[in-house]
Order: sequence, then C-alpha cells, then structure tokens
Amino acid sequence: MSSAELTSAPAEWKLPSQRKVGMICLITTESALFSIFVVAYLFYLGKNLNGPYPHEVLHFPWWGSAALFGSSATVMFAEKAMHLRKWGHFFFWWAFTMALGAYFIYFTAAEWVHLIYHEDLTVQTNVFGSTFYALVGLHASHVIIGLVLLGIVFIAGLRGKIHPDHFEHVEMVSWYWHFVDAIWVVVLLVVYIIGVQTWS
Amino acid sequence: MSAHGTTTTADQEPYEFPPLERPGEEKGSLTAVIQNLVFTVDHKKLGLMYIGSGLLFFVVAGIMATLIRWQLFFPQHTFLEPDVFNRFFTMHGTAMVFLVGMPILFGFANYLVPIMIGTRDMAFPRLNAFGFWVFLFSGLFLFFSYLGAPGLYDAGSAPDVGWFAYSPLTAKPFSRGHSTDYWTLSILLNGIGSISTAVNILVTIFCLRCKGMTLGKMPLFVWMFIVVAFLVIIAMPPLSAAQIMLTLDRYLDAKFFDTQAGGSAVLWQHFFWIFGHPEVYILIIPGFAIASEIIPVFSRKPIFGYPIMVAATVSIAFISLGVWAHHMFTVGMTSLGNTFFALSTMIIAVPTGIKIFNWIGTMYGGKIRLELPMLFCIAFLFQFLIAGLTGVMLAVVPFDWQLSDSYFVVAHFHYVLIGALLYTFFAGFYYWYPKAFGRMLDVKLGHWHFWLFTIGFHVTFFPQHISGFLGMPRRIFTYEADRGWEIWNQISTIGVIFQVAGVLFFVYNLIYSYFKGKEAGDDPWDAWTLEWATTSPPPEYNFDEIPEVRSRRPLWDKKHPEDPDWKFE
Amino acid sequence: MHCLMALVLAFLIVGANLAAAAEVSDAPALSESEKVQHRVADMFQPLSKPAEMIHDVSLVVLFVCAVIFVIVTGMLAYVVIKFRKPGDDDGQEPPQIYGSRNIELAWTVIPILITIVLAFVTTRTIGEIQNAEMPENALKIRVVGHQWWWEVHYYEEVDGQPVTYIVTANEIHVPVSSKDPDKRRPTHILLQSADVVHSFWVPQLAGKIDLVPNRTNDLWIDPYVTGTFFGNCAEYCGTQHANMLLRVIVQTPEEFEEWKQEQMAPNLPPQTAQEIRGHQLYFDYSCVNCHKIEGSPSKGIFGPDLNKVWTRQTLGAGVAPMDEKHLKIWVKDPQVLKVGCLMPDMQLLDNEVDDIVAYLKTLK
Repeated sequence: MSSAELTSAPAEWKLPSQRKVGMICLITTESALFSIFVVAYLFYLGKNLNGPYPHEVLHFPWWGSAALFGSSATVMFAEKAMHLRKWGHFFFWWAFTMALGAYFIYFTAAEWVHLIYHEDLTVQTNVFGSTFYALVGLHASHVIIGLVLLGIVFIAGLRGKIHPDHFEHVEMVSWYWHFVDAIWVVVLLVVYIIGVQTWS
Repeated sequence: MSAHGTTTTADQEPYEFPPLERPGEEKGSLTAVIQNLVFTVDHKKLGLMYIGSGLLFFVVAGIMATLIRWQLFFPQHTFLEPDVFNRFFTMHGTAMVFLVGMPILFGFANYLVPIMIGTRDMAFPRLNAFGFWVFLFSGLFLFFSYLGAPGLYDAGSAPDVGWFAYSPLTAKPFSRGHSTDYWTLSILLNGIGSISTAVNILVTIFCLRCKGMTLGKMPLFVWMFIVVAFLVIIAMPPLSAAQIMLTLDRYLDAKFFDTQAGGSAVLWQHFFWIFGHPEVYILIIPGFAIASEIIPVFSRKPIFGYPIMVAATVSIAFISLGVWAHHMFTVGMTSLGNTFFALSTMIIAVPTGIKIFNWIGTMYGGKIRLELPMLFCIAFLFQFLIAGLTGVMLAVVPFDWQLSDSYFVVAHFHYVLIGALLYTFFAGFYYWYPKAFGRMLDVKLGHWHFWLFTIGFHVTFFPQHISGFLGMPRRIFTYEADRGWEIWNQISTIGVIFQVAGVLFFVYNLIYSYFKGKEAGDDPWDAWTLEWATTSPPPEYNFDEIPEVRSRRPLWDKKHPEDPDWKFE
Repeated sequence: MHCLMALVLAFLIVGANLAAAAEVSDAPALSESEKVQHRVADMFQPLSKPAEMIHDVSLVVLFVCAVIFVIVTGMLAYVVIKFRKPGDDDGQEPPQIYGSRNIELAWTVIPILITIVLAFVTTRTIGEIQNAEMPENALKIRVVGHQWWWEVHYYEEVDGQPVTYIVTANEIHVPVSSKDPDKRRPTHILLQSADVVHSFWVPQLAGKIDLVPNRTNDLWIDPYVTGTFFGNCAEYCGTQHANMLLRVIVQTPEEFEEWKQEQMAPNLPPQTAQEIRGHQLYFDYSCVNCHKIEGSPSKGIFGPDLNKVWTRQTLGAGVAPMDEKHLKIWVKDPQVLKVGCLMPDMQLLDNEVDDIVAYLKTLK
C-alpha cells in the first residue's frame, strides 16, 4: 500500500507554452538528423582512397562564421528591441541578421564554387567529398529555411502585424536561428578543426 | 461546475450548434462527405482515418504473406517466381511496419490522447491532418512502384531489397531501375509524417492537460505515448539521414556506401538499426499502453505499480537507443563490440519483464472479467512472454550466430508484432469501438475471431522456431527437399487459413456492429479514465465542460466518493 | 527358340551393364566420406568444435528460458483461474491495491541476477570462439562471396605472404579434425565479398559470419566427423539468394590429400573427337571471358573457376546435382535452372552443348 497522501488540484494551473515545446521537439529531431551526418563525416576521416584531402583544400571559414555568430547576437538585440516596442531598432537588427545570414550563404556558395571548379572536389570524388557536401549542405539548407522564417517575420512586422501575442512566435524563430548557429559550431569543430589534421 | 466535475449530467441536453452548411454541401451529399474527410482537422476523425488506412494496408500485406506461405508449402515450388517472391517479402515487411503498425498506433494516440487528458483537440490540428495525408501518400507511393518503377530499361518493379535494404544491394549496380528509390522516398515521406505527429503528441500532452492532471496523474496510456513520441523524434532521423545518403549515392554517385570507393556497407547497417531497434519499441509500447488501460478495468483494480511502470517504460526507451547492433552480431564486430551489445540487450529485458509482472500483479486479487478486450490482453501476455524469451535467446551472441537471419528470428518478431502488438490492437478495438461508434462489437463474432486467429497464429509461427533450429535461412523463395524443413513449412502454411478466417470474422464484426451492434452508452465497461466521461461517440468538442481531476482515475473518484483514489495515491 | 531367348537375355545383360557403365560416368565419382550427407543441418547436432561451444551455451539459455516460461505462465494461469469474476458476484469492487515496494523489488532483482548469469556465459563463449588461437597446421582457406556462388581459395603463408595453390567454387573440402589435441587440425576460413553482403552458414560446423565487401571477416571450423555438410548463404543477396548453397566436405586426411593432388594435377588433354570439338568450342566462344581453367588461356574471373569442375557434387552453387543431364541443361541455358543468375543464355546449338559438356567432363 502506498502511503496515504492528500492531493488537490493546484490553485494555479500552469502548463508550458505549446510553441516552446514544439520548437524544442523540432530542434531535438533536427539534432538527431545532423548527428548522423556528423557521425558519417567522422567515420570516414582518413578513409579516402584518393584526394583531394581535407587538409589540402579546406580553409577555416573565418568571415562566414563571424557573420553567422554575429547574426545570433543581432537577432538577440532585435528581440530585446521588440520587447521594448522599439520598432525602428527591431527592424534594423532583424534586417542586419538576415543580411549576415545571407552573407553566410554567399560565403558557403563561394567556397563550394572554389572546391568544385578549382580543387576538383565534388560529391562523387571520394568519401570526403560526399560527407562534406552532405553535412555542410544540410546545414546551409537549414540556414536558408531560417532566412525564410526571418523574412516572414520581417514582412509581418512591416505590415504592422506583430502584436504582443506574437512575441513568442518571433522568439521561436530566433530560437531556430540560434539552433542553426549551434550546429555550425559542431560543423566547424568536426570539419574545419578535427577533420583537417594531416592524417585525414 | 461540479467539484470533481467531468461532463454535464444526463438531465442537461448538450447545446446543438447549427450545422455550418454551404449550398451544395447538404448533410449527406457527396461534397459534404468529402469535405468532412479531406479537410477535417478533428483528431477523432483523423484517428479513425489512420486506423482505417492501416487496416487496408494490413489486408494487402496479409495477402502477400499468404502467397509467400503458399510458395513455401512445397520444396522447389514454382508458384511464385523468385523476383516476385523477393518483392513480396520486401513489401510485406515494409508495409506492415510503416503502413500498418505506425498509422494504427498514431490512430489510437490521435483519438484517445486528447480525450484522456481532458482537452478539445491536439495542439496543432492542421499539422495533424498534414501528418495523416503525408502518410497516406507515402503508402500509395510505395505501392505505385509496381506500376511506375520499371523506368526506361524495364528494370525493376516494386522494391525487392528486403525491408531493411542493406547496402550495397541497394546501390545502382545491384538494384537497377527505380524500385529501391520508391522504397527510399516513400519511407522518407512516411518518416516526416511520423515525426510531425509525434511532435504534435508531445506538445499536446505537455501543454494541454486539464486542470489537476499533473504528469503523475495521467493515464499510463498517455505516459507511454510520451515515450513513443520521444523515441520517434530521436530515432526516425537516423533512417532519414541514411536514406538521404543512399539517394545521393544512387543519383549523384556519392560514396557513402560505395565499397569500391572506400565506403562501408556496415555503416548503413549501423544507421538503419540505430533507427530500427527503437522503431520496434515505438511499435510495441503503444501495445503496452493499451494493455495498461484494459487490464486494470477488467481486473477491477488500479494498475499495480504505476510509478514503476512509468520508470520501466522510460528506461526501456533510453536503453533501446543503445542496443542496435544486436541485429549485427554476424557482421564481424570485435568480441568487445559483440559483448557490449549483448549486455545492453539483456539489460533491456529487465524492465520489460517487470512490466509483465506488474500486469499480472494487477490481475492478482481482482475480479477478472473474461470479456473480449481482456481475452486478447491475456493472450498478449502469454505471447509476449514467449517473444521476450526468444529475444533473450537471440541476445546470447553465440546462439545468435546460429539463429540470426534464420526462421527463428522470423518467429520471434512475429510473436512480438502479431502475438503481442496486433493482439493489443484487437483488444483496443473491442474496448474503444463502443466509444468511437456508440455500439458494442458483437461478442459471438468476437469469440470466433479470437479463437480462430489464435489457433492460426500459433500454428503458423511456432514451427518457424524449429525450422530456424534446423538451419532454414530467411528470405529464401524455395528450399531443397530432405533438409528437414518441409513439414514445418507445411504446418506453418496451414495456420494461415485460420488466421484469415479470424480476420474475416473481425472485419465482418466491424461492419455488422456499426449498423446492428448493441447500444453502448457513455461507459459500457464501467471504466475510470476521462474518455468514458463523455458520450459515445464524443461530440466534436469532446467535452461539454473541460474536466478537472484529482487522481489517476477521475471516474473512480466520481463513482466511489467514499473511497477516492486521491486519498491513496 | 532357346537360342533366341539366350540371345535376348545376353542382349539384356550387356545392355544393362552398358547402362550401368553409362550411369557411372554420368556423374563424378564421390569419395567414401562425402557420400554421408548431413542434409538436415540441425544446430542441436553439432559436429565441430565451435558449433559445440554454441550448442552448450544454447542449452543453458534454453533451460533458463524454459524455467522462466513455466513459472510466469503458471503465474498467469493461476491469476486468471483464481481471480475470475465468480458467477455469483456481489458486484463489490475488490481491494484497490496500488503496488508493493517489496514485491516489485523482488521481481526486479531476480531478473537482474538471471541477466548476470546469462551475460557471464555469453561473454565467455564469445571470447572462446572469436579469439581462438589457430594451431600452425590449420588449413587455410579464403572464401569470396559472389551473387550467387562461392569462390574458394586454398592458400599457404610463404614468408608472410599468402600463396594460393587451389582455386575452386561452391564446395569446400577439409580434412577431418579430432578431439584429441595432438591430432587436431582445424580449418580457418577468411571471408570476403566481391559484390553485396552474404553470410556463410553451415550450422553443424559453426555459427554464421557475414561476407561484407571491403572487409575481411573470418571463422573457423573443427569437424570431428566426416561427411558432406549442408549450408546456405544466410544474408539476402538478391534474386537467387535461396540457391546460393554451400557444401563443406569433411574427408579423412588420406582422402583429403588425394583430393588436393587431384585438384592440383594438370588437366589431361581431350581425347575423343567430341571432347576435342568441345574444347575448341569452349575457346572459340566467350566462355574464357568469365571462367578460368588452370593451365589454359581461359583466365576469366567473373564466374566460378572451372578447374576440375567434374569432381564437384553440384553445379550452380547447389541448384542441381553435377551430372551430365543437368550440366547440359545448364550450359544450354542457365536461366532454366537458376533464373536471374549472371550467366546468360549463350545461344548454343544442341550438338555444341553436347560437345562442350563432353569437354567439361574431362576436367577432373
């Protein structure tokens, strides 16, 4: 027999926010997806039968990463401005975020053009090519989705549709954006730091 | 508003909202019916649509299995060409897992979870509809492969690579035409649908519970679906990732699984089973959920050890993420690797076994009503015990070196998926059909269903343990005479007749009872969870008033105000 | 009248003898050991050391599981019978019990203990089989899986390098080993694949291990008894997976030496006119692109090695017995016996088939 215990319905019934739980679930599932591509990347380090090899052709993406990480900061400024109803500042920081994100995509595209046309590294060259383009490409596609989401919020804002009820929606978009950044940290570590050792 | 209130009492008519009709959509017209089905976001309708579609695919995949068994009746039988046979077992397995098991379990969750937690619908109704239609499309897409896959060189038809599609058999040189792509893309879509629904379930349960229903006061059914949904969002992405890699290999000549270029065939297996093992728990835990609702009601006692049941299920989920390579004991891992996975697999047997004891403990000291839902649950306990024990045998690596990829494994997983899972689905149908349709399923027809099917099930699958012991491998379209396998194959095939007969009785019962079944009323079983507190069928908005609960069995409290649960929990 | 009958009788006798003689040359001669066919590959009749080790562990596990089954089924039957709702039920609910810490502890601890026992037994046997030391005199074989046949190489280590001395297909001959450690001669088998994943399974000799492309696995067998052991490919590998059959022929050391010498001996040149024609046809047509015959310009490695093909028990990796009738059907159109196999219909005329088969019969 369990111990006798008096329970009663709590006076205040507070449940977590649907949007937050939904976004956490989305982030969890996407993390599971990315982790498999990361595992494949790590697994195949050092297993190429032919070049080009990572340490020969990869250069640490300083500007792209700076832009992406910077965009996490700018999106936070934008959010803060939104809570303070400083709409001018909100639009400025939000647009800046989008610009930095777009620059990151441009930077990645430029890197790929260089790798494909000048270094002869394509998805079919070797296992490095396959795993590299798959992982970085998956991340880049998520950045693009993020840009679309940011764009929707921006346009909604321009049309004056962002009311206090929507602040959480905007916050969830920024959470998604931070998630995309966090994945980039992992990609940097795996591809551009661990993966460029000479044994790979 | 009543203190431990649930719905309004019988002396108040629920308010009838005027129907929202537009010209041409008069009630009963074809437009109205289509609008009703195609555009619905109601969790109850979607739940029934999931289950209905699942049952249709069940019949198709079942017919394939029947043909497979007929082909295997005689050694060197030429009833089915090898290619046709190979496609049948691939489609049978793929369909049963992704187009029967998954939708039926999501159907149960969709219908029951919102009502059990006392809310009006799922958190994201439109996402719910999206999940359903994506699933249905994925199923039709898979079967379309019979027509669409031949491609330019008339190579390929339906996929024939087995439901786990090992590399490099799925590489372009070994799988010509597009049959493998139909497998890959349809399952990829199916996964997206599953993940959407799983997210929906999680958000609904965490965010929409009625007042007083803390996580510790939810029905076990709901707890188990938290675990299932969590497993879906963690375990389905590895399969999707592997499928994306396979598609890149097949179309862009990538090297993920290209062994000539240094790729690894074993990597596919790892990725597949990192998904595949949790998947089988995703399939079976809803069965546990259903049993955990029915056994207490028909024993007239609360579930024995609710906290342990929750803890055991959660631990099964976590451990299940670490046992996957027990499907790969023959692939040549080191003794250390083999030992690790043997141990993790044996550990998972502990919480699973505990649950069986808890169910038996629930029945102990009760007043067991041997009605159809309970009959199916008792059979489930017996058959799940056998399945679990054969699973333990397979975990013993050296034994597995003989039994892996033999008919013993086929017997094991059919005992789990039919003997345990399908039986709990049947139990759930008999239990909740009255709630969904307002009428009881016929008892006599139900008994015919139960006994015929049970005889058939054991006659078909028990002998397969033996042919496994005698060296019969899986997925062979024929076999030599005098290997000692004919008699077991023949007995196995005879059992199919009884299973088919049982299913026919069941299908007839579903249809007959819809029109002629006994009226059920709100609470035909004298049960205790919130779904029995509203009408049968429930109104579209589920409850007249959102209930408030104080314990795990709100209706017990209502019916026994002198001895409420909340005094003891 | 009597003369006529005597003539008929003589005719019959001679005819019968001729027929018998034809019968004998219709299929390869088998050694004494291999005539004993262990067709029913029952894992509970192990006839080799690793299979025995597995068998011992299996019995322990089966026993434990049987005990658990009996106890739990007993519990289930007991509660169903004892606590059924009685016909004269008073409608009262039974005592509402929520759980019991002690009982739940007991039925957690006992399964854990059982798990520990099983884990111990499992770990020990894994090590015994996977990490077994092979003695110096172990026979060394390398098997490469193909869709849907087995390539078999016998090799020796010379200065650390493997040197192949026999190549054959679908049949593995090994010398019988012994439980006496002085007379022990196990066989070590490397496993590789040329295309997709296969699995080598001869239940009475050992557990199965997969043949994975781009990877080398291994297993060992240590048979105590002579005879022909039956096995299958145990990993689905495409259309004719069912007919990728395996025979391991365990012979006495003398018979094995004889077989070795026979396999390594040079081929005798064709004698009869038909054999010569057949030899010519074989080399004119594209057979040489896929098949290899030792000591000849036929060096194709896509299909099974045909050296000494007329000494094998089966053709098509077990899909038909090796005899004249089936060999003719195979050479004429392999798709008849094994639809989907990678040897095409060579569009040969019947007399060409007869000639080629006559030539193949000289490869012994």
